[in-house]
Amino acid sequence: MIRLDQLTKVYGHGANAVTVLDKLDFAVDSGEIFAVVGPSGAGKSTLAQCINLLERPTSGSVVVNGEDLSSLPEKRLREARRRIGTVFQSASLFSRRTAAGNIAMPLEYLGVEPREIKARVGELLERVGLAHRANHYPFQLSGGQRQRVGIARALALRPSVLLSDEATSGLDPDTTRSVVSLLRELRDDLDLAVVFITHEMDTVLQVADSVARLEHGRIIESGRVVDLLTDHDSALGRALQPHLTPAVPEEGARLWEVTYDSHDVPHDWLQRISQELGEPASLLAATIQTINGVGTGRATVGLRSGSPALVQDAFARLGLRAEPGTLAGTGGHDTVRNDTAREDAPAPLEHAQ
Amino acid sequence: MNLPLATAVIVPRAGDTALADLPGLLVPAYGETLTMVGIVMAIVVLAGTPLGVALHNMAPGGLFENRAVYAVLSWVVNIGRSLPFLILMAAIVPFTRFVTGTNIGIPAAVVPMSLAGIPFFARLVENCLRDVPRTVTQAARASGASPLQIIRTAQLGEAVPAIIGGLTINTIAMIEYSAIAGTIGAGGIGYVAVTYGYQRFDQTVMLATIVILILTVALVQLLGDRLVRFTTPALRLHR
Ligand SMILES: Nc1ncnc2c1ncn2[C@@H]1O[C@H](COP(=O)(O)OP(=O)(O)OP(=O)(O)O)[C@@H](O)[C@H]1O
Ligand SMILES: [Mg+2]
Repeated sequence: MIRLDQLTKVYGHGANAVTVLDKLDFAVDSGEIFAVVGPSGAGKSTLAQCINLLERPTSGSVVVNGEDLSSLPEKRLREARRRIGTVFQSASLFSRRTAAGNIAMPLEYLGVEPREIKARVGELLERVGLAHRANHYPFQLSGGQRQRVGIARALALRPSVLLSDEATSGLDPDTTRSVVSLLRELRDDLDLAVVFITHEMDTVLQVADSVARLEHGRIIESGRVVDLLTDHDSALGRALQPHLTPAVPEEGARLWEVTYDSHDVPHDWLQRISQELGEPASLLAATIQTINGVGTGRATVGLRSGSPALVQDAFARLGLRAEPGTLAGTGGHDTVRNDTAREDAPAPLEHAQ
Repeated sequence: MNLPLATAVIVPRAGDTALADLPGLLVPAYGETLTMVGIVMAIVVLAGTPLGVALHNMAPGGLFENRAVYAVLSWVVNIGRSLPFLILMAAIVPFTRFVTGTNIGIPAAVVPMSLAGIPFFARLVENCLRDVPRTVTQAARASGASPLQIIRTAQLGEAVPAIIGGLTINTIAMIEYSAIAGTIGAGGIGYVAVTYGYQRFDQTVMLATIVILILTVALVQLLGDRLVRFTTPALRLHR
């Protein structure tokens, strides 16, 4: 496991000093994928460089399996780096070495026997599904394959912590999904603690168990993804959901923003609500998915029923929370910055009868 | 059209060296040129590469960032680069004599040529290293590479094709310098061109030396391009 303890990074001195990371605290257990999201300039890359010990923190520490690595002298620091595998953005492969040659690099640096290197590289290529591409050069590989090589290289020295800095940024959605599922598989098989840094919210949903939002060098919100998604007060939880623009409801119907409020909402809640209220509920927008085995989602529903209290009670009995909604839509990636706007949503939409 | 123009410039005349005598004159001279350039390039690569690596890594953001040392190195290299070769050669005659004990012949030419070539090559190497993506060196560091391993694998290793390109440019410059050095009696094709072609107006020799120099430069360029292709997987494997 890896733990950050009051990690602080200040660039510059005196009047020019800029605090890029401000007393960060978090821990990632073995077998856990922890995502860090945040806007450009939040300090994500700086955090990555402090975690893999390419930069020394100004104060605070990086603790891996109980040992404080950040305060080691330079020589030992190099050895310590080997305990943390880093997957970079795609451009980090050696262009003049084959896939196998790239994966061999950390082993060569360490001075491992050529025979042993060959065996280990073969194993790793197999692991990331690239055995048939061993002798291909980076320019002959697709973006996703290059990232797999990068992942295999990061794993070459059997680290207990895997750090990924924007490893899926710039990949298409399908490729991202395949890289992400590989990471999850490796996390399970090798019991890795994974720190996954990204600015893409939908990737977080696919990959992470927990997530923290970094802004101006501070973690402003964090938690388990499932909890955040079912917590209607969580700005981060809302930001993680895709933005939905509802269909226009029929005349006289009110809009209701429905969010999953518990971990066991029945799958047929829409039918049940219709039965309970004695009118067909129209589904105007919805996203429902299973995150780490728990159903989560949000929906915009149109209902004619007069009494808001009655409607909210009906939803509440199913583990859902209903709030009067607007046509503007819900949550979403692009409302990340000032997500409180939805909190004081205007009165339900009323059509002239 | 072209023929009268060419003959207007270079007209073989009576008294010129006979064609049959050309090989006897030019082959030894060519050998001297190759020796001179060969020795100089060996020195230039051996001294210029470490200097280029030092420049790159002393510069801000480098592995051994040191602004003061970088400023001094950079200044020294600039001096070497700013003097026209003829002036450099003349200015360091006492130094050349001190090093080689003579101020004529191949040894005397090697000293100024190396002094001009080393800073030139160092700057070329520095530029090539600067073009290696930062993420590649970061990846090497994160993989546990020592500074020397980073330099060898990530910096020089990735820059090989670019450095070969620089080496080609440098070799061609040295062929040119060897001709200038020829004027102070260093021998070689340049010496033949000046003494026969310029001082005695021997147009046959002039023409022959020009052809030889053009072919040599073309050959070096061709060889350099081939090597760049060969060392760049994306070029080599694209037929
Ligand atoms: N070496 C440095 N010296 C001074 N300031 C720096 C240095 N590196 C980063 N910073 C500053 O730290 C802040 C955070 O940068 P960082 O690269 O960590 O952001 P980021 O979250 O990765 O952004 P992005 O999503 O755009 O990559 C920025 O304001 C940047 O200007
Ligand atoms: Mg960044």
